[in-house]
Amino acid sequence: MTTVSMTVNGRSVSGDVEDRTLLVSFLRETLGLTGTHVGCDTTQCGACVVHMNGEAVKACTLLVGQADGTEITTIEGLAKGDELHPMQAAFREHHGLQCGFCTPGMIMMGVDIVRRYGSDLDEQTIRHELEGNICRCTGYHNIVKAIEAVAHSSGVAQAAE
Amino acid sequence: MGAEGFGARLMRKEDRRFVTGRGRYTDDIGLKDMTHGVFVRSPHAHAKIRSIDTSEAEKMPGVVGVLTGHDLAADKLGGLICGWMIHSKDGSPMKAGAHPALAADTVRYVGDAVAIVIAETRDQARDAAEAVAVDYEELPAVIDPAKAMDSGAPQIHPEAESNLIYDWTIGDEEATNAQFSNAAHVTSIDLINNRLVPNAMEPRAAIGSYDPAEEHFTLYNTSQNPHVARLVLSAFVGVAPEHKLRVIAPDVGGGFGSKIFIYPEETTCLWASKKIGGRPVKWVADRTEAFLTDAHGRDHVTKAELALDAEHRILGLRVRTIANLGAYMSTFSSSVPTYLYATLLSGQYAIPQIFAEVLAVYTNTTPVDAYRGAGRPEATFVVERLMETAAREVGLDPAEFRRKNFVRSFPHQTPVIMAYDAGDYEASLSAALEAADYAGFPARKAEAESRGKKRGIGLSCYIEACGIAPSQAVGSLGAGVGLWESAEVRVNPVGTIEVLTGTHSHGQSHETTFAQIINDRFGVPTDTVSIVHGDTDKVQFGMGTYGSRSAAVGLSAVYKALDKVEAKAKKIAAHLMEASEDDIVLENGTFQVAGTDKTLGFHEVALAAYTAHNLPEGMEPGLKETSFYDPTNFTFPAGSYVCEVEIDPDTGKTTIVQFVAADDFGRIINPMIVEGQVHGGLAQGIGQALLEGCVYEADTGQLITASFQDYCMPRADDLPSFKVMTTETVCPGNPLGVKGCGEAGAIGSPPALINALTDALGTNELSMPASPEKVWRALRSASSAAAA
Ligand code: FES
Ligand code: FES
Repeated sequence: MTTVSMTVNGRSVSGDVEDRTLLVSFLRETLGLTGTHVGCDTTQCGACVVHMNGEAVKACTLLVGQADGTEITTIEGLAKGDELHPMQAAFREHHGLQCGFCTPGMIMMGVDIVRRYGSDLDEQTIRHELEGNICRCTGYHNIVKAIEAVAHSSGVAQAAE
Repeated sequence: MGAEGFGARLMRKEDRRFVTGRGRYTDDIGLKDMTHGVFVRSPHAHAKIRSIDTSEAEKMPGVVGVLTGHDLAADKLGGLICGWMIHSKDGSPMKAGAHPALAADTVRYVGDAVAIVIAETRDQARDAAEAVAVDYEELPAVIDPAKAMDSGAPQIHPEAESNLIYDWTIGDEEATNAQFSNAAHVTSIDLINNRLVPNAMEPRAAIGSYDPAEEHFTLYNTSQNPHVARLVLSAFVGVAPEHKLRVIAPDVGGGFGSKIFIYPEETTCLWASKKIGGRPVKWVADRTEAFLTDAHGRDHVTKAELALDAEHRILGLRVRTIANLGAYMSTFSSSVPTYLYATLLSGQYAIPQIFAEVLAVYTNTTPVDAYRGAGRPEATFVVERLMETAAREVGLDPAEFRRKNFVRSFPHQTPVIMAYDAGDYEASLSAALEAADYAGFPARKAEAESRGKKRGIGLSCYIEACGIAPSQAVGSLGAGVGLWESAEVRVNPVGTIEVLTGTHSHGQSHETTFAQIINDRFGVPTDTVSIVHGDTDKVQFGMGTYGSRSAAVGLSAVYKALDKVEAKAKKIAAHLMEASEDDIVLENGTFQVAGTDKTLGFHEVALAAYTAHNLPEGMEPGLKETSFYDPTNFTFPAGSYVCEVEIDPDTGKTTIVQFVAADDFGRIINPMIVEGQVHGGLAQGIGQALLEGCVYEADTGQLITASFQDYCMPRADDLPSFKVMTTETVCPGNPLGVKGCGEAGAIGSPPALINALTDALGTNELSMPASPEKVWRALRSASSAAAA
């Protein structure tokens, strides 16, 4: 058992965990933040993407100990109160989700892509950058459109936060 | 069309919870005192279980219990069933082997469950599962369905000699053969429809919970049809009595067919919860478990022939298919290669005679059942590969050849049961060809050649039968259930509306489209409507969602209930406004006496129904109606797809440069949602054609493609942006005129893509998935054949 502490969605949290505990299990099971999903056991699907110190990471690949002292943002921490983050709003607007299971990971990844490329993003780059995220429902068409729309809108500044 | 009603591109009501991480999937649910179950699964494809030693596991930290197949058998639980009876051509019933939820004596595929370990945490259960010692006596395994029928092949179930489950036929063999003997040209083709893993992103999960005080069971599971799960679990498996079992399917993260079926884990978690004294037992599949145990799709080996007359009209079609059903018969598996497949072999074409023979075979592989399209993609692949091949052989343009043979008058009775009700195949073909600039293809091909690339274009004109029904008809074809749907519409005293439906949404947007229909009828805003589904305690009964039946059947049931609500509300309104019932019109949420300015709001009539201070003589208070709707026929969506590819001859890499889909889904409730459904279907069909496929090791029966590292799922970079459009012939069979759109993309796209590839390569020898290596090899052999 080790004690870990971190900031999750702006709140300081800590917990006693087994050394083998993954960040995603800590978020889902200890903190009850079930928005971050688990779709695989091989770091292939991206359903578990969260931000660690502002960068996208796969929460199923990190031991929670590796996140000790960091700042984590999960899908639950993205909206400002009732106001959706531009990426969340764009996924709605462009019908970038169906069953919604891959969606938290897709949105967190989308935010990270826009943070890194800003308005330089084009379709091909988005498709390439989404290599680590699988969606079985949407055929990606509308996910790509949603991310593209955010990159090319005035919401970019906020989206990159 | 109103801003929110029929035809409106309304944003989805369900999105807010999903984009904010507030969805409630089975694994998100935690119950008081919950335990975690992990299954011990067979590492062998075929083996006898000599013994299972659980003593070490029981001593491990946190372990609450270990239960085996013998415990299950001792409690006399029934096995899982296949609910669709098929008879062989000699009249004998299909040979279904026993399928216990936990194997006690024999395991038949890698992943077959033999025990469940229950512990305080999932990790503890996993650790202890490693400590369960199973002594297996390995038996020879067989993977290939053709070899499974050989004499001397290992027998998988004692009931099925030569592993043959049934040998079934449809159509008039003699008449079809006669057509072939009169043919001017015969095209023959050998095809493999590759085995796929549905791979919904949410892995299957179940929580079984037994309340000893009430002797009541609750199952939370990832299900497309919770009521049918309750029916099977109570009536056949016998794990709980029907009135003491509640099945809740909360948010479900995709299904594509794989979550229709009743799986061993659901039985086991419910039963285990009782065995350990009533603590809930949660099981969540990891991805490899999903690869091993979710019912797979497709897996056909087919020989097909098409007979043409001298004018290139089709005279007849002959098909022989071997269908691999895996190690056990899954819930609906027998219907897929028979009534969902062979009955669609007429495609969009007027074919005078068709004869098909289907041999269903056991092998030591994961059970196979319906996957997006279920039988129809397999049928379309046969028909559309044959059409393209025949056109090339006789030197006709493939579009022209199809046109020449289209069904042009409706209703049209095919020789294989189906009676197509409406369609305009020419319209969707023309729309697709125009959008794809088919006429400009030769110039694009020449341009590509100048860059050293190979270009090809391929077509596919599919038809499918959706909204499977009527109950009497499916009953006569062997179905163990009726395929109607139920609905209840509850208008609350303040005028808000709850719609209870027996369908289930796992991405199809029912919360939105169903509310749009209420808006269309009653003029109430969609945000005052809520859709209730997925809970057997709330909804009286339902048949769930699959085969694109939710709109055509489920929403039609809602529509029928709305008729009743409207009729009663009009009576109340007429009474309150002292007018004749016939003079009441309902428009934009207001009841009006026609030709006067007397009006009552929808909510006022709702309130009057419940205050009941002034109702027509003898009327019961309240405004709530139910309906059970049984359609008169299937619906028949159809469409034309055009795929254009470019191949890099150095690497064999295929790029889809254009994909056009023109579909006829009848009337469309929400175009945005329909387009999304088509996109998703296309991705799955393109996945099948280019990337996906199960690989089993021949001798050991190990599934080599058992993770996302080994099984190639389509990613964003593998796919193009799609051009999708619709044409419309109204479906005459239901009050909404809708047909169903969920499966089309997966049905129409594989042949279009393979036809495009074979066009580019100049050879017909190409199997799915057309990996770069296969394409490269095909190119090599085509050019050496040309040189020879
Ligand atoms: S769950 Fe993390 S990548 Fe799949
Ligand atoms: S929306 Fe279902 S997996 Fe992406």
